[in-house]
Amino acid sequence: MIFSFAWRNLWRNKLRSIIIIAAVTLGIFAGIFLTAFTNGMVNSRICSIISTEMSHIQIHQPGFLDNDQFSLLIKDADSIVSLVKKTPNVVAVSKRIIINSMIASAETGTGVKIVGVDPVNESKVTDLSSKIISGRYLDDADRNPVVISERLSQKLKVSLKNKIIITVQDINKNITGGAFRIVGIYRTDNMLFDEANIFVKGTDLCRLTGLDNKEAHEIAVLLNKNKNTDEVTKKLSAMLPGLEVKDWQQLSPEGGYLVSAMNQYMFVFIIVILIALCFGIINTMLMVIMERVHELGMLMAIGMNRLKVFNMIMLETVFLSMTGGLTGLIVGYTAIKYFGKAGINLFFWKDAFAEIGYSAVIYPATDPKTVGITTLLVILAGIISALYPAFKALKLNPSESIRTE
Amino acid sequence: MSIIEIKDLYKVYDENSLPVHAVNGINLSFEAGEFTAIVGPSGSGKTTLLNIVGGLDEPTRGDVIIDGIKINELSERQKTDFRMKNIGFVFQSYNLIPVFTAKENVEFIMHLQGKPKEEREERTAELLKAVGLGDRGESRPNKLSGGQQQRVAVARALASKPKFILADEPTANLDSKSTENLLDIMEELNQEENITFIFSTHDQRVVNKAKRVITIQDGTVVSDITR
Repeated sequence: MIFSFAWRNLWRNKLRSIIIIAAVTLGIFAGIFLTAFTNGMVNSRICSIISTEMSHIQIHQPGFLDNDQFSLLIKDADSIVSLVKKTPNVVAVSKRIIINSMIASAETGTGVKIVGVDPVNESKVTDLSSKIISGRYLDDADRNPVVISERLSQKLKVSLKNKIIITVQDINKNITGGAFRIVGIYRTDNMLFDEANIFVKGTDLCRLTGLDNKEAHEIAVLLNKNKNTDEVTKKLSAMLPGLEVKDWQQLSPEGGYLVSAMNQYMFVFIIVILIALCFGIINTMLMVIMERVHELGMLMAIGMNRLKVFNMIMLETVFLSMTGGLTGLIVGYTAIKYFGKAGINLFFWKDAFAEIGYSAVIYPATDPKTVGITTLLVILAGIISALYPAFKALKLNPSESIRTE
Repeated sequence: MSIIEIKDLYKVYDENSLPVHAVNGINLSFEAGEFTAIVGPSGSGKTTLLNIVGGLDEPTRGDVIIDGIKINELSERQKTDFRMKNIGFVFQSYNLIPVFTAKENVEFIMHLQGKPKEEREERTAELLKAVGLGDRGESRPNKLSGGQQQRVAVARALASKPKFILADEPTANLDSKSTENLLDIMEELNQEENITFIFSTHDQRVVNKAKRVITIQDGTVVSDITR
């Protein structure tokens, strides 16, 4: 009966209860939706790091990552590629020649990272071939093809089928160069990546520099699932002594931090929302108690003990917060599910997002853990908000309260 | 044998600044089955006396003994429990729980007492019938007239099978017809079921029905007439 009593009391002043429930609903909705939104942004960035920029794991000679030194080559890269391919959970492997050097068009020049790849294997490891917006990806049949980004093409004032000159140092430390024809122009969500990377065939780069085709600076490994990264990294490290095996979180620490940092920010955000809501709920419940002093006095007079009065006020407050909280969770979860499939296209901020490496289409995502923790926090906030009004009710004196009008 | 004994009772408000002697040395006793009206002008101490007898207020001095138990020596929790089991209250402004139906209002105390559902329902039906509201059990207080609400309050006060009923100006907000009706019901309950009623009142109609009339003035008993 106490449950029924508390629930009915909640609807005595419908408008007031609806207003506070709506506030809680909106607060919780905003909290979990924004968490999912941020999560979606982070997921998209990580997805981009893995599938476009890095792959899950990379193998180098120790020290290569520090300064991309030309001479730090993995000898007999082909046999290592074959070995890595046989490792469980590995989906694809690609070797790369990487040289930081200059490229020039007829009008201007710039420094870039020249990535020499095996087009067939590289397409299996990264999705750059799907980011081509004009022309096509590298083909084994072409001689000296190059794929550059849209941003770089604008900077160099070149377009498809134009030639650019790549100047590099060969194995004898002589400056050499070659003309490469632009066969494709790509665009990713990361402008910095786009501005810094051009892609050529590894065989062309080897011919230009005099490198052996079996050698590579980098071996990129794609796994079936991100969760297997740690395990495969450890396995490959053990298999390849003398080489440096690093996963994407080590290669791009900001990507790794992003997940935990964003989760922490979002929980702080939700807690701030809940604290604000707590004050609203406490205020409402104090008003409720002020209005019902007479009735509470009567209840105590006829034999409702203080514990039951305390419980009743606690229940009313918890019902108030839970009704709003659960509605907010349901509405938020439904919106996340919908936009998680449909996506939210922030096209008007596309360039700003690209500057920091994010896609403008965001797919909000949440997980049962986040929803569970948010639900627990809502319940906790309800209980905490209930305490003060309930203690206030406890202090009422029945004979004085009955006289209150 | 007395069911209530009031011994040398004092209640002084603002003892340290401007003392007000609301109850000033009252000695009284009440037998089972009484139908007593406590009368007196406003501020004479009727309500304070009733509050102390009902365990809602603490006396400054003196004792209230109900069935051999000094209620002023009970803890707050024991007092609440004692009230629930032994005393029925009827208030001037009915004080029904607005979100409950008449039936639920009557049932509420029995629920607090932990009585089984069948017993609660049976007694509720019996009490509502006794106060002439057998067919209004599902009505909320706002759908009942003042007189009907006060009759529900009487049924509620009786629900816990108390030793006595304390009614503080129960007819103050009622019209003549409702007052008459309510008093008839209470008189009938008193005569047929030997239920003890103690009223504080200004209302001459209540005084006329009472078997004993205690007059209080300035916190002291000035007359105690049994008819």
